[in-house]
Amino acid sequence: MSHEATADAHHDDHTPKGFRRWMFSTNHKDIGTLYLIFAIAAGLVGGGMSILMRMELQSPGLQFFTDPHLFNVMITGHGLVMVFFMVMPALIGGFGNWFLPIMIGAPDMAFPRMNNVSFWLMPPALLLLVSSIFIGDGVGTGWTAYAPLSTTGTDSLSMTLAIFSLHLAGTSSILGAINFITTILNMRAPGMTLHKMPLFVWSVLVTAFLLLLAMPVFAGALTMLLTDSNFGTSFFSAEGGGDPVLYQHLFWFFGHPEVYILILPGFGIVSEIISTFSKKPIFGYLGMAYAMVAIGVVGFVVWAHHMYTVGMTLDSQIYFTAATLVIAVPTGIKIFSWIATMWGGSLTFKTPMLFALGMIVLFTMGGVTGVVLANGGVDQTMHDTYYVVAHFHYTMSMGAMFSIFAGFYYWFGKMSGYQYNETLGKLHFWIVFIGVNLIFLPQHFLGLAGMPRRIVDYPDAYAGWNELSSYGAYLSFFGAILFIFIIVQAFIVKKKVGNNQWGEGATTLEWTLTSPPPFHQFNELPHIK
Amino acid sequence: MRRNNRVAAILTGMASIGASGIAHADTIGIAKPYQYGFQPSATEIMEQTEFMHNDFLLPLTIVIFVFVLILLGYTMFRFRESAHPEPRRFTHNAFIEVLWTLVPTVIVAIVAILGVKQLQFQDTPPSEPEITIKAIGHQWYWEYEYVDDDFVFDSLMIEEEDLTEGQPRLLSTDAHIVLPVNTIVRLLVTASPIDVIHAWTIPAFGVKVDAIPGRLNERWFRVMPGFEGRYHGQCSELCGARHSYMPIVVDIVSKEEYQAWLVTAKAEYAGLEAPTATIAALTVSSELSN
Repeated sequence: MSHEATADAHHDDHTPKGFRRWMFSTNHKDIGTLYLIFAIAAGLVGGGMSILMRMELQSPGLQFFTDPHLFNVMITGHGLVMVFFMVMPALIGGFGNWFLPIMIGAPDMAFPRMNNVSFWLMPPALLLLVSSIFIGDGVGTGWTAYAPLSTTGTDSLSMTLAIFSLHLAGTSSILGAINFITTILNMRAPGMTLHKMPLFVWSVLVTAFLLLLAMPVFAGALTMLLTDSNFGTSFFSAEGGGDPVLYQHLFWFFGHPEVYILILPGFGIVSEIISTFSKKPIFGYLGMAYAMVAIGVVGFVVWAHHMYTVGMTLDSQIYFTAATLVIAVPTGIKIFSWIATMWGGSLTFKTPMLFALGMIVLFTMGGVTGVVLANGGVDQTMHDTYYVVAHFHYTMSMGAMFSIFAGFYYWFGKMSGYQYNETLGKLHFWIVFIGVNLIFLPQHFLGLAGMPRRIVDYPDAYAGWNELSSYGAYLSFFGAILFIFIIVQAFIVKKKVGNNQWGEGATTLEWTLTSPPPFHQFNELPHIK
Repeated sequence: MRRNNRVAAILTGMASIGASGIAHADTIGIAKPYQYGFQPSATEIMEQTEFMHNDFLLPLTIVIFVFVLILLGYTMFRFRESAHPEPRRFTHNAFIEVLWTLVPTVIVAIVAILGVKQLQFQDTPPSEPEITIKAIGHQWYWEYEYVDDDFVFDSLMIEEEDLTEGQPRLLSTDAHIVLPVNTIVRLLVTASPIDVIHAWTIPAFGVKVDAIPGRLNERWFRVMPGFEGRYHGQCSELCGARHSYMPIVVDIVSKEEYQAWLVTAKAEYAGLEAPTATIAALTVSSELSN
């Protein structure tokens, strides 16, 4: 240990090797790498589950899930894995850890050991979730785990394991959020004022606050579920004087900010990429930053638009309709500012830029269907149909996923030091772009025609669009395999990249460092003018 | 166009009427292959929803989406590197920033005003409802109570092997709700206190209500004249393993046919009482859990 303390004085990294480097890591870049590997692995698990579901739904009747409960277990697993173990670890844990300290000119995160704890809570959490499928009958409640289905209607042991899994993942998120907020507020390099921070840093700052405020509510709701199903309390059971709708309010008070937690870092990444490949600073920087703050704030007061059919009073429905529609305004500001950033620029269309542009198009699509669904009246018909599934996959599976891919290609050279294959990258983009649209565009039609969500078998009339949707899923999964191949290929070919592979447009601090950056960067703090 | 069907239904309906519903109803509320819009609107509520979506929100969102798409495409083309090698450096334009804040605000305000009007209409029946029925969700079937006439019956899905000609798979039940046309119906929805949440819906009515243990939710609807026929719906809140297998069927008939049906239904379902059944189930379940 003693020689580590003097490492900086020697200008020698003394990088720990092997087990010590990866298991005991307190280095933000190594932890970021661990998060990214974890997210890719979880993404394959969650994606595999969606393939199983699309195979089942490809034609009417029961194909594989002769026990429909198992299909519900897949629905639950897919949702939870994608939200808590793929998108959040990739965007916040992965890119956040890797680039946030570098972008503000800090040597590392504020609490490096807590950072290690944040990551190492995640694998046991995923293990608990996966074990909930195999120990007991599995959780067949959907990721929302509505009571009383989650307390009385599903296997109590499985549910308990899943709750513990989410407790751990939630703890990890809260620790991470504290770390990010402290790092951003205290460790910016001289001259790096809040209003000079890159937008990705702003997006992580807003996200961290959302996590810090929303996660404890979720943890509380989960704990109440736990005691309801194991210790005889009746917070959510009507027979004991509790209220099932209370759970929904608590869940969505967390759940709605959660969807912004998933997309805001993506907004940040897309902003960086659009600016880089337009060779032009971001248009309306302050508007962009405060639009994210506004989305974060308003995101906390719209939760019950997920609950229009529970029997709310007219006044509540009117309020939640109006408040939800408000979010369209800051979101619109972001979309238009991205286009204005490109306007007058000098655009190149490398893979990261393609994914960023794809994200703008598809997120706009998910945004406008959000305006439709915001209307409590129309939602009486749309609620819990495939229209909703299509809507949130356009924002999540395309909005969040495309920004993850964009960020990955954008920073892959910086993180690994190697160049990915540009042609294959573009091919990957087009396969995924066509694939996801093929999956989710027809699901709007299914929803309008009345097909409910979360059903293992559907009336025969819905067969056509479902078949098309399944083909899209297979195409997208092929895209995922190609993505893995591209990573492997880059590590085999080992084509080196320079400090700044994107040229004059890339102005944030990570491009001033070597690729990959030194084990400890900024031994002398950079001065921002 | 539906008038002929209506006449035919009345002529044949009288003979074929049974407590489980009308035998040869013209099915209106069902999806068709490759359908890309709503099912036919049978109530004023759904007509409003259809107007709100098809005539207002859909064109609006398409215009916004296409506008963004064209703007983005034009920007990508005009400012591509080969055509525009020297980037400009501007980062602000107060006028356009105010413009793209205000215009969406105005659009959103219009959406909100129309949306609120629709919510108000959905919430308040135009006059006191004439019939009250109660739907009670169970794992995994619906129980219906005709509150005014004091009888109850269960409605279970017909399994695939028992389907007869013309009965759609996953959508057919052994007993149907029968209701008269052009009549304001008060729909009460709940679930048995020891059950989980379900959701009752008929897409063609524009009505979807969660059936929540311990809560009694209320909606109204009135099927418009000329829309006599059969309507299908499916449980719309995940409620366990057989969530896909608890459909809802409503037969809308003329007022005369409804009166005739009431007579047979009362005779057939007499003696089944909901409260006793529920209390019995509650006792059994608490014994089991002890």
